[in-house]
Amino acid sequence: MKRILLTFALTATLVANFACVRKDGGPTVASDTGAIKVGVYGDLSGQTSSFGQSTKNGVQMAADEINKAGGINGRQIQLLIEDDQGQPAQAATVATKLVNQDKVVALLGEVASTNSLAAAPKAQEGKVPMITPSSTNPKVTQVGDYIFRVCFIDSFQGAVMAKFAANTLKAKTAALLGDVNSDYSKGMSQYFEEQFNKLGGKIIMRQSYTQTDPDFKGQLTSIRAANPDVIFVPGYYGQVGVIAKQAKELGINAPLLGGDGWDAPQLWELGGEALRGAYMANHYSIDDPSPAIQKFVADYKARYNNTAPDAIAALAYDAMKILADALKRAGTTDGPKLRDAIAQTADFPGVTGRITINADRDAVKPAVVLKLEPTGRKFIYTETIQPEGAAATTTTSGAPAGSASPPTVASPAAGASGTTASPAAGNANANTNTNTNANAAGARATP
Amino acid sequence: MDTFVQQLINGLTIGSIYALIALGYTMVYGILRLINFAHGDIYMVGAFAGFFIAHGLGFAAEPSLVGFAITLLGSMLVAALIGMAIERFAYRPVRKYARMTTLITAIGVSLLLENLGVVIFGGAPRSFPQLLQNQNYTLFGNAAISKSQILIFSVSIALMLLLQWIIYRTKVGTAMRAVSFNLNSAKLMGINTNLIIAFTFALGSALAAAGGVLTAQYNPQIYPLMGIITGLKAFVAAVLGGIGNIPGAVLGGLLIGAAETFVVGYGQSVGIPSTYRDAVAFSILILVLLFRPAGLLGSTVQEKV
Repeated sequence: MKRILLTFALTATLVANFACVRKDGGPTVASDTGAIKVGVYGDLSGQTSSFGQSTKNGVQMAADEINKAGGINGRQIQLLIEDDQGQPAQAATVATKLVNQDKVVALLGEVASTNSLAAAPKAQEGKVPMITPSSTNPKVTQVGDYIFRVCFIDSFQGAVMAKFAANTLKAKTAALLGDVNSDYSKGMSQYFEEQFNKLGGKIIMRQSYTQTDPDFKGQLTSIRAANPDVIFVPGYYGQVGVIAKQAKELGINAPLLGGDGWDAPQLWELGGEALRGAYMANHYSIDDPSPAIQKFVADYKARYNNTAPDAIAALAYDAMKILADALKRAGTTDGPKLRDAIAQTADFPGVTGRITINADRDAVKPAVVLKLEPTGRKFIYTETIQPEGAAATTTTSGAPAGSASPPTVASPAAGASGTTASPAAGNANANTNTNTNANAAGARATP
Repeated sequence: MDTFVQQLINGLTIGSIYALIALGYTMVYGILRLINFAHGDIYMVGAFAGFFIAHGLGFAAEPSLVGFAITLLGSMLVAALIGMAIERFAYRPVRKYARMTTLITAIGVSLLLENLGVVIFGGAPRSFPQLLQNQNYTLFGNAAISKSQILIFSVSIALMLLLQWIIYRTKVGTAMRAVSFNLNSAKLMGINTNLIIAFTFALGSALAAAGGVLTAQYNPQIYPLMGIITGLKAFVAAVLGGIGNIPGAVLGGLLIGAAETFVVGYGQSVGIPSTYRDAVAFSILILVLLFRPAGLLGSTVQEKV
């Protein structure tokens, strides 16, 4: 491990130095003709490579559609795609390269919050707007006013699963099993616990793991001894699949709950039958009958060899479309102006719902809870949980989700956003209402 | 009580894997005084060889004992050949130079295997197929043992007994012990030392590959860098037991496996988070080196100058 870290550190230093040299010597004026360069970085070869692959597919599909329709104000989009191997140090390195050396006008990436957090400062320093399609940890957009996201945040997602556990599953006790090296996992655990306690539940066991752990039976045996009603596992699919398998081997029948980090085909290969009865929060349901979603699903399947688009791909597609929309409105690729245009995004009709960027540069959107069905490897739509202020709409149990107690969407970044006032900032509070009817929750009937 | 027994079973399962890999470290060290850092990566190669054999011969689709046995033996054979090739082309040419040269070559081979793995197999983790229908057996109360755990125990014990028999009851084993005692004298006695060294590498690599396939039945996620941490822990196990000492490697493996599982299971009640399992393994290494450098079962030998 040390050797790898050392290698990365050395590479990072070399590339950083190289990039600096280029920056000083290279041309500083961005040309306003020719292709618009957009940097995309993600994990294409590491532990979470399904995420990077889906991001790449989603972005490429969106960019091709835009280019086919004539591009942006007559200019084509050129994607520069970099692999960060799922390593935070490497994410920072490739972000530096894209910003300083390739002079991209905007960055799209990552999925894992830890990697986005490593790369975001590079975008902020270079005054290049970065949109993360699917990093849900609140800290990501707090890095600076050039960092945006088009997905909901963990304070909401964690609360959604806590509400689902307490209201729908009637759970009184829960165990936490999180990835200690992941900001995503730590954030989710924290918000789940806060909301679960508020609803009268109790966390009776806390366990953690790392991605290189050879097995999880030690943690699971302790959890079994505590006998919780549900087990919250806010990790990534690679470990979650194995955890599900080993939990069943130990005879644990409490349902596993998780979030969007589970969403990958590999989850089924690793977990298989053991995933029966598990629930996850996600950004959208592929079975949603709305025409926009069904068209996206059909186009994606036609393009990518019949692979169904996961939420990561859908969010990447939306991120590219929002960037294109902002580029069009800005009429320039100039960093600060493009930043303002992205910040003004309001009520954009994305695949994953209507997207409005709020004052914290986050998107406020509803979440869906999906039930895992190993036969046919399906995610079955269970219910939609709206963000704060929105009316509760559930299709199964009629649990008072949403309205009962609004999730605590903390906004410690309020100070940062004050530095560059944008018209969208004023609308911050209105956003949640815009989203109420956004995804037509009523139409999201179980297929 | 059943929780304690369960944790013990969990610990010994992972410990058996460490023991299998530690045997390879210790045998090579015993004969060449070389720490073969590429050994952990042979464990990875073994797991991948098993993966391709299982898919290639169709055992992935229908679990059976025969399929499992063929996959296990096949991957052991592949790893043995690769182990011999590494010895022949990487270590033998530099054997005549200072010991440090070979050590650094070993680190190079390790990096080569890891990155070659990323290039050939891709860095994304793959899911190893279930080769035997899994089943759980309840011992008493809540304490349960799964078929994959029984498999790990029985196969590792069988392999360790086989190794013991080879070393103490066969001609080649006697030659191995002679080479380990003194390489030059063994050569003078007419032992083909190159052959014996190659055989030792084959044996150690086969055991590591068995560890790889067995682990994959238990934790089906395999990826090119999986050998790094596991290899290091097995190395710690070999040092703990006394490097060069075969029963020591087994004892060390089981102790490290049990220690880290108990850290996960009970550490929290004394304020150690469950993710300190790796830290504990390496702390043990430091303590052993400080207080008993020869290891638990090793004897201090006067360095010949």
